[in-house]
Amino acid sequence: MKIHVTDQAGENHELEGLEGWRVMEVIRDWGLNIKAECGGALSCATCHVYVDGEWMDRVGAPSDEEEDMLDSVGDVKSNSRLSCQILMNEELDGLRVTLAPSAAKD
Amino acid sequence: MSTEITTDVVVIGAGPCGLFAAFELGLLDIKSHFIDILDRPGGQCAELYPEKPIYDIPAFPVVTGQQLTDNLMAQIAPFSPEFHFSRMVNSLEKLPDGSFRLTTDADEIFHAKVVVIAAGGGSFQPKRPPVAEIEQYENKSVFYAVRKMDDFRDQDVVIVGGGDSALDWTLNLQPIVRSLTLVHRRDAFKAAPASVNKMKELVMEGKIQFMLGQIAKLDGKDGQIDHVHLTTDAGDLSVPATRLLPFFGLTMKLGPVADWGLELNDNTIVVDTENFETSVPGIFAIGDINHYPGKLKLILSGFHEAALMAQAAKKIISPDERVVFQYTTSSTKLQKKLGVA
Ligand SMILES: Cc1cc2nc3c(=O)[nH]c(=O)nc-3n(C[C@H](O)[C@H](O)[C@H](O)COP(=O)(O)OP(=O)(O)OC[C@H]3O[C@@H](n4cnc5c(N)ncnc54)[C@H](O)[C@@H]3O)c2cc1C
Ligand code: FES
Repeated sequence: MKIHVTDQAGENHELEGLEGWRVMEVIRDWGLNIKAECGGALSCATCHVYVDGEWMDRVGAPSDEEEDMLDSVGDVKSNSRLSCQILMNEELDGLRVTLAPSAAKD
Repeated sequence: MSTEITTDVVVIGAGPCGLFAAFELGLLDIKSHFIDILDRPGGQCAELYPEKPIYDIPAFPVVTGQQLTDNLMAQIAPFSPEFHFSRMVNSLEKLPDGSFRLTTDADEIFHAKVVVIAAGGGSFQPKRPPVAEIEQYENKSVFYAVRKMDDFRDQDVVIVGGGDSALDWTLNLQPIVRSLTLVHRRDAFKAAPASVNKMKELVMEGKIQFMLGQIAKLDGKDGQIDHVHLTTDAGDLSVPATRLLPFFGLTMKLGPVADWGLELNDNTIVVDTENFETSVPGIFAIGDINHYPGKLKLILSGFHEAALMAQAAKKIISPDERVVFQYTTSSTKLQKKLGVA
C-alpha cells in the first residue's frame, strides 16, 4: 500500500502505508516535516495536509470536531484534512497528499 | 526594577508532573516556586485536552485533563507553592556557590538551590499564521494577546479566528476602536453561543464587519501595518488596518531550554534514572521533557520521577538532615504537614 506525499519544499516521497495506521503516523515515521504535536488526538492541527482532488471522495469529509480544529491554522483550503484522522486501508492505496505549511516542525 | 525571589526550588512548568513535584517536595519540607508561560496550571492537560478523558491515572478509572489539574492543585495546596504565570524562563545559570539564577521575560530573578525542569513538550506559544514577514510586525502592530486595551484605542483592528479569544476580544474592543473587522474561514464558530449572537448583532447594527476568509498578506513598514489582504470566496480584498490580532491557539516550542548547556537527546534532556538529575548537578528534569532508556511519555511516569527527584533534592537543600522514609498513611508527621492530623 503506497501513499505519495509532497513536502513543504515541493519534494515528492513515496511511502509504504500500513493498513490501520493513520496517514499522520506514516508520514511522521518516515521522518518528513510534520509536527503532529498531540500524537493523533485531534488536539493540535499540526498534521494538516491537502488531499489531492481525485482522492477527496474516497477520503471522506472531516468530522465537526476536525473542522473546529482546522480553525486553528491559517492556511486551510477546501481540500484540507488532518492526516491523523485518515486511516490507511486498501481503498486509499495510492493516496496523494501535500503537507501544509502549518504542519511544519519549528 | 527587577523583582528578586529566593527559594529552595524553582520548578519550570506547571504541567501535571511539575505540580506533583510540589507534593513530593512539600512532604520533605521543601518550598517551591513555579514559573509557566501559560496563565494557569495544567500544561498539556489544561491547554490541549481539558475536556478529554484520561483513563490511565492509577485509581481514577476516568478523569478529564482539567479535573486532574484541579485535583493536583487541591492535593498540593497544603504546601502553598507559589505560582508565577504568564512568564517564560529565559535563562538559567549556575553560580560559583552551586546555587542557580533564573531570569524570566517579566524581568524577575529567581535564586534557588535546586531547579526542576518540568517543561513537558516545551513552552506554549501562540501559533503564527503562515503569512510572509509577519515577524517584523509582531509586538508593534500585530499582537497574539491583548495586554493593554489602550494599545487598540481609536485603531483599525482586524481580529482573525472563530474561538472564544477572537469573539471575546471582538466584543471587548468594539467600543473603543475606530473600526473592527472579524475574519474567520467559515460561518461556524467554536466560541460560546452568547458571544457569537452578540457579535452578529453588532454586525447587523453596522458597528463591526464580519468577513469570511483568511489573511494572505500584510502591507506596512517599520513594524506598522496599514493593510491586511484577505483571500475570500468572493475574491481577494484588502482591509485598512493598524492592528492585527490573530487567535489561532497555542503550540509547543522547546524554546530557551535548549540553550542551558544540558546534555540533550533530540529535544529532550538526558537524566540519570536514580534521581532524575541532568548532566548539571542540582538541575533535575521530570515528565515529558526528560530522556532515559525506556522512557514513556505518560503522566504516571512523571509522578514516579517527581518522588525520586525530591529525595535527591532534599540532600542538596539540607545536606546534614537525615531523611527517614515514611508513608502518608501511618506517619503523623506527614499528616500534620498535610493538615489532616
Ligand atoms: C491530547 C492528548 C492526550 C493525552 N492523553 C494522555 C493520557 O491519556 N495519559 C497520559 O498519561 N498522558 C496523556 N497525554 C500526555 C500528557 O499530557 C503528558 O505526558 C503530560 O502533560 C506531561 O506533563 P509535564 O508536566 O511533563 O509537561 P506539560 O504538560 O507539557 O507541561 C509543561 C509546562 O511547562 C511550561 N514551560 C515549558 N518551558 C517553559 C519555559 N521556558 N518557561 C515557562 N514555562 C515553560 C509549558 O508552558 C507547560 O505548561 C496526552 C497528551 C495529549 C496532547
Ligand atoms: S496530530 Fe494533532 S490533530 Fe492530528
